[in-house]
Amino acid sequence: MTISHFSAVLLFSLFTSVVFGITQRAEPKMMVRFGAYCFVLFVGCTIAASWVMWLIKH
Amino acid sequence: MATKVDYPLAAGDKGLVEQSTGKVSPTMALIAGWLVPGAGHLLLGKWIRAALLMVSILGMFAIGVALKGKIYTPNTGEPLDMLGFAGDLGSGILYGLGRLLGWGQEPVLIAVADYGTKFIVVAGLLNIVAAVDAHSLASGRKRS
Repeated sequence: MTISHFSAVLLFSLFTSVVFGITQRAEPKMMVRFGAYCFVLFVGCTIAASWVMWLIKH
Repeated sequence: MATKVDYPLAAGDKGLVEQSTGKVSPTMALIAGWLVPGAGHLLLGKWIRAALLMVSILGMFAIGVALKGKIYTPNTGEPLDMLGFAGDLGSGILYGLGRLLGWGQEPVLIAVADYGTKFIVVAGLLNIVAAVDAHSLASGRKRS
């Protein structure tokens, strides 16, 4: 099995965010919000770091 | 039936919390959650959370194995390998199954396989977080 690097980021972020959301908050609504927040942070930070590396290289 | 307890709570919690007097002991929830991802929450009757945790942790572990990630073995003498082994061990029965069936024993040669190694380690670490959460729910330290 091979997946693209971006797919790997999405899968990692999704699964990790689900676990963080469930374990770090007590109310279902807050779990969803925190999980979504973690997902956006994971993916956003990875994209930002990727652009920084691209800029350093060029 | 519930009883009041008055031990210190985690930051953000105020006042007393009602301790569950169900039949599942916190230690049992912790061990079950470690051995089988989501089992701790399942014992506590949190079906949806248990299913989501199980799918997430099993999914991460399965993708890691499918990407030909490495499953660490003990006693290699390398400090980083020992840390990886500690992370992998968090997967509980999945780690034993992986070792038994010889998964993750091929050398890591491509970047995607290295991602697989990280997926497997993180699956173990997330499983520990989930098991501790089940313990907190069973002991009443976490409200719901």
